[in-house]
Amino acid sequence: MSLFIDTVLRLAGWLLLAPLIPGVINKVKAWVAGRRGPPVFQLYYDLAKLWRKGVVLSHVVSPMHVAGVAVGWVALVGAAMLLPLGEGGLAFRGDAILFVYLLAVARFCTALAALDTGSAFEGMGAAREVSYAVLAEVAVITGLVALAVESGSLSLSTMLTPSPGAGVALLGAGLFIVLLAENCRVPFDDPNTHLELTMVHEVMVLDHSGPPLAAVLHGASLKLLIFSVLLAEAVLPLGAMPAWAAAAALAGAVLAIAIGVGLVESFLARFAFRRVPLLLTTAFLLCLFALLTAWKGSEFGVTESSVAERGAPAAEPFFGWRP
Amino acid sequence: MKELLVILAPFAGAIAALAWPREGTRRRLLPVVGAAHAVLTGWLLVDPPAAVEGSWIGFDAVSRAVLPAVSLLFLVCSFYGLSYLRLRPERGNRIFVASLCGLLGLLSLSLQAQHLGLLWVSVEAATLSTVPLLHFNRTGRAVEAAWKYLLIGGTGIALSLLGSFCLGYASLVGTGGGDLTFAALGREGAALSRPWVLAAWVLLLVGYGTKMGLAPMHTWKPDAYGEAPGIVGALLAGGMTTAAFVAILRVRQVVDAAGEGLVANRTLLVLGLFSMVVAALFLLGTPDFKRMLAYSSVEHMGILSVGAALGVGGLVASLFHVWSNSITKGALFLSAGNMRRAAGSSRVPEATGMVWLTPVSARVFAVGVFAITACPPFGPFFSELQVVRAASAAGQTGAMFLFLGCLLLAFLGLTRLAFSVLDGRPRRSADASRDRFRETAGILVPPLVFLAASLWLGLATPEWLRGLWDEAARTLTYPG
Amino acid sequence: MSSNLNLLIGIAMGLNLVALASGRLPSLIRAAAMQGVVIGVLPLLMHSEFHWLVAAVSAGTVVVKGFVIPSLLQRALRAAHIDREMEPLIGFIPSLLLGAAASIGAIGFAGALPLRPEHAGVLLVPGAFATVVCGFLLLMGRTKAISQVCGYLLLENGIFLFGLLLIRSTPLIVEAGILLDLTVAVFVIGIIVDRIQREFDTLDTRKLTALRE
Repeated sequence: MSLFIDTVLRLAGWLLLAPLIPGVINKVKAWVAGRRGPPVFQLYYDLAKLWRKGVVLSHVVSPMHVAGVAVGWVALVGAAMLLPLGEGGLAFRGDAILFVYLLAVARFCTALAALDTGSAFEGMGAAREVSYAVLAEVAVITGLVALAVESGSLSLSTMLTPSPGAGVALLGAGLFIVLLAENCRVPFDDPNTHLELTMVHEVMVLDHSGPPLAAVLHGASLKLLIFSVLLAEAVLPLGAMPAWAAAAALAGAVLAIAIGVGLVESFLARFAFRRVPLLLTTAFLLCLFALLTAWKGSEFGVTESSVAERGAPAAEPFFGWRP
Repeated sequence: MKELLVILAPFAGAIAALAWPREGTRRRLLPVVGAAHAVLTGWLLVDPPAAVEGSWIGFDAVSRAVLPAVSLLFLVCSFYGLSYLRLRPERGNRIFVASLCGLLGLLSLSLQAQHLGLLWVSVEAATLSTVPLLHFNRTGRAVEAAWKYLLIGGTGIALSLLGSFCLGYASLVGTGGGDLTFAALGREGAALSRPWVLAAWVLLLVGYGTKMGLAPMHTWKPDAYGEAPGIVGALLAGGMTTAAFVAILRVRQVVDAAGEGLVANRTLLVLGLFSMVVAALFLLGTPDFKRMLAYSSVEHMGILSVGAALGVGGLVASLFHVWSNSITKGALFLSAGNMRRAAGSSRVPEATGMVWLTPVSARVFAVGVFAITACPPFGPFFSELQVVRAASAAGQTGAMFLFLGCLLLAFLGLTRLAFSVLDGRPRRSADASRDRFRETAGILVPPLVFLAASLWLGLATPEWLRGLWDEAARTLTYPG
Repeated sequence: MSSNLNLLIGIAMGLNLVALASGRLPSLIRAAAMQGVVIGVLPLLMHSEFHWLVAAVSAGTVVVKGFVIPSLLQRALRAAHIDREMEPLIGFIPSLLLGAAASIGAIGFAGALPLRPEHAGVLLVPGAFATVVCGFLLLMGRTKAISQVCGYLLLENGIFLFGLLLIRSTPLIVEAGILLDLTVAVFVIGIIVDRIQREFDTLDTRKLTALRE
């Protein structure tokens, strides 16, 4: 029974807190620009408004147009539920792989829903989105492998207990770039733009309206929260802290990441399309070197504590990777 | 102290050239320095200084066997330079003369260097001192050649420094010693750390091989030799490459002592044969007779490298070939320089009928081409024959036949181009320039002297010279 | 001490990749200069006891590699009105990936070589090899003369890193040799760059193609 309540509380937390992050980012951008900006809760108002509206569908779309959005949103919620928050929760061996797959499913369904309209414009948006995603995904997977090698585990709850060292800084930087790319933030895409040729993510959702659009927007904010939490937990040693301190640290870190994203958006211009792969390759390399320090670092004293010192985790062979 | 004099005298000449006030008479320093160097070298040969243990500079058997060749080359070239610079009054010659003298001093230093670091410093400095020589002509093509030379040569020299460090570290890991003289490294022998010795060998071979012009690191050579004045080409092909070859020989000796002689010999053999193949193929295609000489030089570096891989007999042959190649190349480069000036170009459609334009130089060139392609009775025939005999004695029959095949191809390529340059009718534009260019004794005698020396080396190789080569080859191999 | 050393070498290796990824000449020069400063500090960290020769090498390296040469290059850049964008022969992403592969390969390769006990667990050898290879990539993959000089600087930095292994055992002449050669080399290169500019009104070495077989 307590498991049920626990799960419901987590779910409610994820769903309710997610729209806050874009609000914080927009507020930071407004502050830097010297404007007052929209209220922090603006996305809540928007979602409520969209929920009350009707759906306008094109004649040519199939049910996939709406189903894709729904499946994508559910997949994102599932991914969020896999991330560990304190004791308990969903945790099993290999959930990291499921996590990556759920994120991929969400993107796949969003792209499919966009392609379903048959519009060349939305097709172009979907193509751009997945061409970024191909590179970003490699970086995410490399980062997760780095964590897996370092902890010797394939479960997110044990993987996300980093040890201090150079590897963490590399991983943090890499995951931050991935966060910006995956959520279509500024150097990659401008979430505020409605200039047709520069949009990436926005293009895909142009034909959605009403509740499906609300699901897309909520899903996007949820994804942002997922990546912020992932980044925070990958960098901060939350497991070593008492529960209340861990919660406070996590909340603070997520807030800091949101502010960081806002600052990046304020001070950086959007990159030219051809420069984007270079940045994503950089993110991949950062994660790759984090993997390397996790794997070989103990030989060179780069990571302060090796796995052996922390006690090798219980039997969880990972494709024979043993640091 | 005598061995220091032979280094310091050219440096003094270089300083004098820099300080010399009169543009017109500065070139007279060249024969003075060349003669002084030759006299000092002769004195060293007659009355060898006692070897000092642990000294960084020493006139050992190897320098005894090679330094006289460089000295002779420079002496004859310096007389050519005297006449050549009179033909080029429009170019300031302060830097040119100083660089030539400095190059001679640095070559003498590198041939006598008994210390890994000192050897590197001298070869590096020699590389830098040749850059001004290469863009003496100041044309766009000369600048391009100098840039490539500096970039490729600089990279090679950087790699050889890395290799020197690796060898030093091999000694540090092995015995903890930090003495980088070749004698000390050879004494440490098998105590050197093998993996580091191999790493050092690869890097040093690539590094000094770049300076020597072994394929595939030879790409600077055609450009540099094609654009530099003939005298610079002769000194690069006969002096600079010799210094790099001696550096490789000394390193090979250490590697041999460390017990990796087999690997060293095999790499030298492969690299040498590869250079010969590459050079032979390029010789078949090039339309430029100065670039042809460069590819021929690559081929002969390959021959040296093959010889060095074949034990004592091969080393003797290699040292013989150092002499015969550099002296014959001297004749070729100097006569080619004359032809180039007369024709205004060194490419085939522009430069033809050289027999009419420059009768003597063209004939010297033709004889030189036969000499360098190993036609008897010139020096290269006998030295290459000795390499072949060493190869068959070492049981390298396959290498021997490849070697002979490359020589044949090179013969075809060289004679093909040489005769299309010499034969035919002179172009009208070249005809007009005949009034400007006259073959004077000053630019004809030096190549003739080289040709005579090559003949002398072939017909009557002096016994004392053979003795020097034998002794050097024996010190260069590890007994055992 | 060793972990501080490794951190700095790691930063130097990272700067290799920054240099490979930078698309504009000023940022390339800046990366090379920063690497010069980073590796210049290393000799001080390697020895617990203070030695004036080591300090001199360190100070000389920082000044020459970190400030003198970069400012010379920047002056050349300004004086010659060179277009700051680079057009690479090897694209930025391939060269970045090659550089990363070289860094990883260098770590693997260095593991196969025996080290003295006091050098075990120090990234000097892999750092040196990785920097040399990245320098090579820049030399081969960029067309502008100044970017090639920067590649050469990286090459020299790698060799300097390796030389630190020997700094205690051999006389410092080897070290001094590097600085000397570096200044002279860049000096001569600078003169030639100047000439190239006067001859061609451009610093694009791709235009140096008159000599071709």
